[in-house]
Amino acid sequence: MRILRRHAGTIGAYLGLLPYLGFALFPFYWMLLTSLRSNAETYDVANLSFLVQQGVTLQHYGFLFTRSQFPAWVWNTLFVSLAATAISVVISTAAAYGLVRIRFRGSAIFSLGIFITYLVPPTLLFIPLSRVITALGLSDSRLSLVVTYPTFMVPFCTWFLMSYFATVPKELEECAIVDGATRAQVLLRIVLPVAMPGVVTATLFSFTLAWGEFIYATTFIASGTNKTLTAGTVAELIRGDVFFWGPLMAGALLASVPVVIAYGFLMDYYVSGLVSGATKG
Amino acid sequence: MGRRRAEATVPVTPFGGRPLGRPPTASWLWCGSEVTGVLFVLPAALLVIGLVAYPFFYALSLSLTAKQAGVPGQFVGLRNFVDLMQGEIFLRTIRNSFVFTGAAVAVKTVLGLGLALLLQRARVGRRAIRGLLLLPWVVPSTLSVLGWWWMFDPLFGVVNLGMLKLGLIGDRIPWLSDPIWAMVAVIIVNVWRGLPFFGISFLAGLVSIPDELYEAAQIDGAGKATCFRRITLPLLRPILGMIVLYSVIMTVSDFNIVYILTRGGPMNSTHLFATFAYEMGLAAGDIGKGAAISLFIFPVLAAVAFLQLRLTRRQPQ
Repeated sequence: MRILRRHAGTIGAYLGLLPYLGFALFPFYWMLLTSLRSNAETYDVANLSFLVQQGVTLQHYGFLFTRSQFPAWVWNTLFVSLAATAISVVISTAAAYGLVRIRFRGSAIFSLGIFITYLVPPTLLFIPLSRVITALGLSDSRLSLVVTYPTFMVPFCTWFLMSYFATVPKELEECAIVDGATRAQVLLRIVLPVAMPGVVTATLFSFTLAWGEFIYATTFIASGTNKTLTAGTVAELIRGDVFFWGPLMAGALLASVPVVIAYGFLMDYYVSGLVSGATKG
Repeated sequence: MGRRRAEATVPVTPFGGRPLGRPPTASWLWCGSEVTGVLFVLPAALLVIGLVAYPFFYALSLSLTAKQAGVPGQFVGLRNFVDLMQGEIFLRTIRNSFVFTGAAVAVKTVLGLGLALLLQRARVGRRAIRGLLLLPWVVPSTLSVLGWWWMFDPLFGVVNLGMLKLGLIGDRIPWLSDPIWAMVAVIIVNVWRGLPFFGISFLAGLVSIPDELYEAAQIDGAGKATCFRRITLPLLRPILGMIVLYSVIMTVSDFNIVYILTRGGPMNSTHLFATFAYEMGLAAGDIGKGAAISLFIFPVLAAVAFLQLRLTRRQPQ
């Protein structure tokens, strides 16, 4: 009894967390359930059930791969995310190093500019950007996204890497510079190996940002075959008839998988990244 | 491997603990000419200038133009803004934005604080719980909101069916087809998505408060409520401020949730700046007005940036 009383607070805390966990996870569970059971069961209003009772079916997932453009969206998203991430990480690494370690006129202003850009939500600029994309001759192409995604990834990565590079001991670099190494060599051979965890984290974060982007993908790309997973799922899997929920839920879940995997690798970084003000939603 | 652990090195402020615009001073930093520094930053600078700053000024000029898709625009001064202000839908959008942002951020703050306090006490399994709780924040909102859309379906949705079965409601709630319920629904989904971010960030703030303060207060006879009011809240204020400000700009500029759940309806009762701008500028093709609507996000952005900078500069190193 005494033990129970002593731990009452802790037990209470776990009990208190239950509704939070339920609220956070139930939608995913419900999506999974809908994607795995037959229409007959899903649309049986009289018997609401929270389990698969008439056997698991993969028909909704099958639909995605045989009767929708889902496979094309996977490739498009992969291409766009990888390309935009690679470009962003390279640009940001250079910029972050320049801003943290080299003193030059305008660096303070530029740091401020990066910070403000980091707060700019994509919804502020999608209309003028769509004009720019048209002027560049990139409308309806995946390249339009490769070009525009770095606008939100570079400020984020640069910010993140600036704080990371600032923690690399300067003495290492000092020696190399005294020995006549150039700044580029110092960055590539000395700073990057030490700061690798930071670069990997920034890379994975950027990748998940690109993967989940929606408004640019919806605005800049019109044809079904060029769409990304988010835009394609919303625009093409919602069909006129009532019974589209199974494939829609299957598509939404399947499209989330890579992000969740990346997140699994990153969880601890993610938490510290969150706290450093990172990750747009 | 001799590599430093990332967790230990990632600082807790977005500014890396370094005041903005004050580079560390050491004589060796000067080596390498100014040109080198500029070269390192140049690609990022070009990107920001070309695809953020330029579009911003372009948006300003579009907003002063009567521009339909496909035809050259005509300068009309502030007429787009005047038209918008005289139109009922835009005033409705402003009101919606206040209600949506105010309610969602307030609920996230209160529930997030509760979540952080609970997590702080749950030491065993905290990592796993934290990992699961963060999923709504991690999964792309476009995809998870589709799940909510399905759950809110009036006929087959589990929200109505579940509450009917439990006897909580006698009749189905017209979730997305009634103006008030639709607003409630989009707020619920925004809270669902943002709550983990609030909770985990607040937890980091709580953990950084030294235990000695609480011990000293207890010796002085302070109760739990006093401790919370006099120690926890004041020391949590900087991070609280940062998170709330960040959330305000991200919530007021939301597009995905409203676009997927309601498209701004019913009867424009859930339109936010982004969704109305999309409808006006792209769906209806009135690019000038669309750009003008988007620009209303900018004052919020400016205020948030200004306050965040002030907040970080005041913070002790």
